[in-house]
Amino acid sequence: MGTAFRMGPAYFPTILGGLLFVIGTISVMRAFITVGDPIGRFAMRGLVLVTGSIFLFGFLVRGLGVALALPVLVVVSAYASTKFLWGPTFIMAVGLTVFCVLVFLEGLGVPLPVLGPWLGG
Amino acid sequence: MDLIGHLWLGLQTSASLANLFYCFIGVFLGTAIGVLPGLGPTATIAMLLPVTFVLPPVTALIMLAGIYYGSQYGGSTTSILVNLPGEAASVVTTLDGYQMARKGRAGAALAAAAIGSFFAGTVATLLIAAFGPPVANMALRFGPAEYFSLMVMGLAASIVLAQGSLLHAIGMVVLGLLLGLIGTDVTSGIQRYTFGIYELADGIGFVTVAMGMFGLGEIIRNLEDEEQRSMIVSKITRLWPTKEDWRRMTPSILRGTVIGSILGILPGSGSILGSFAAYSIEKKVSKYGSQFGKGMIEGVAAPESANNAGAQTSFIPMLTLGIPSNPVSALMVGAMIIHGIQPGPSVISEQPALFWGVVASMWIGNLMLIILNLPLIGMWVRLIMIPYQYLYPGILVFCAIGVFSLKNAQFDIYLMGLFGVLGYVFSKLGCEAAPMLLAFILGPLMEEYLRRAMLLSRGNPWVFLQRPISATLLVIAVLALCSVLIPSFSKTREEAFVEGAG
Repeated sequence: MGTAFRMGPAYFPTILGGLLFVIGTISVMRAFITVGDPIGRFAMRGLVLVTGSIFLFGFLVRGLGVALALPVLVVVSAYASTKFLWGPTFIMAVGLTVFCVLVFLEGLGVPLPVLGPWLGG
Repeated sequence: MDLIGHLWLGLQTSASLANLFYCFIGVFLGTAIGVLPGLGPTATIAMLLPVTFVLPPVTALIMLAGIYYGSQYGGSTTSILVNLPGEAASVVTTLDGYQMARKGRAGAALAAAAIGSFFAGTVATLLIAAFGPPVANMALRFGPAEYFSLMVMGLAASIVLAQGSLLHAIGMVVLGLLLGLIGTDVTSGIQRYTFGIYELADGIGFVTVAMGMFGLGEIIRNLEDEEQRSMIVSKITRLWPTKEDWRRMTPSILRGTVIGSILGILPGSGSILGSFAAYSIEKKVSKYGSQFGKGMIEGVAAPESANNAGAQTSFIPMLTLGIPSNPVSALMVGAMIIHGIQPGPSVISEQPALFWGVVASMWIGNLMLIILNLPLIGMWVRLIMIPYQYLYPGILVFCAIGVFSLKNAQFDIYLMGLFGVLGYVFSKLGCEAAPMLLAFILGPLMEEYLRRAMLLSRGNPWVFLQRPISATLLVIAVLALCSVLIPSFSKTREEAFVEGAG
């Protein structure tokens, strides 16, 4: 913690934490008193599939390699759209994967495998 | 004269073949993302930041800056032709721009936007050149107390300018400051908020947060109402404005430029507030005010000039003080640090070619933009037609690989996903992300300056009020926050944003 003269690592965070606690409390109490706009529908399909596709990509990319993890990312995230179609999505997945392998892996040297160790790559 | 000599140096720097090329890439990409609704400059710059590591620092900054002001040009195209704001700062342009297009005057509206933007860009470039060095000179005398107060003022301004509840904005700032402190404490070496997670020891990367909250969060939000994105593009006829148009839009462009330039310097908003304010003022001043919303050329010229002026003057605090005033300039500060340049007032004197090169490139970039946006407008129209469902998976791919390449860590991909969820939830709750991001990057700096100031004053907190500059800045911060509580001001604040939403 330290003193105001020689502040320790906890000094500033403690002040901020206290402040945030006060703001949060007021905010919650205010919510009971005033009438606000409704939050509206959550886009659950988008939320789950978009973030899911990102997590899935993170989980798969080292093991399977970009050549497979990227199409998975594209297909899963594209499925979040109500206008999803297999054909164009497939073309898009192939195109983006080729582009990324050429630009990021070959061109900029990002250390990711094209085919990962799970496939003996 | 000194100024001309400096601008000459800048022109020489920015006119090298490589810099011209990357300036063009920057403004080209900027126009593209400006035209595409649902892809903003913050997410784009965050995605491209890793790519610029291989470039020299001047070139990198020229390109990144080009993306930002370029996006202000592109945003108007979509607003006018399809009634969808291509960019947050072009929201008000839809009101009169689209009506003009429906009356068959799309060409004149596009021309008014582009000519206004070019004029505003030229003026703003000269403003940066004229005010940059004196501001930096003043800042060289700043001690830790002044810097701390300056950041307090910046955050206060970003709270006032944020959309929605004041309390929420303050909360977002405090949360941002806290998130910024995650990682190893510089002074003591003790880890804070890392929960023993090894990857958090270096703190959270700014790009990770920006991509998550602005990139992913925005995509999820856009997927909410896909059906509303019907694309009926208006036909463009005659581009060149008539004599009558010129007479009416010239004063609007001048007013928009002044308003945008002033509001652009304020932290937090960059170009967005300028365009809202310019529109409301134009509506009051113009003798056609009552017909606004029915296709008045003033309603296009003023906000489009303002957002372009604001986009450029928002670089003044970053280039002269080293303190970012919005998420875009924060990313550029990050780029400077990665290139080994310590952002701050000494950049102008120690790296004159960098500062003047970036300034001069802005004018060259504006020149490129007017060519890109008027004669080549047909190309952008085709880009608008790309349906969103073919766009966002691509954005996700670039985000995922981009965020990985920063530290070669899978952990950052997960973190970005997490901030994407947070970004969406916050937007649902009416908490704006921009003040949080600003606070996030200022957090560690603020703590550092607070500690130093208190060490120098031997623990006496009055030091912030005893030093005149510091005291002035704090008073401005308090006044700004109090002004929201004055009923008439808070009403104007709400109206300005409602007008944009409606």
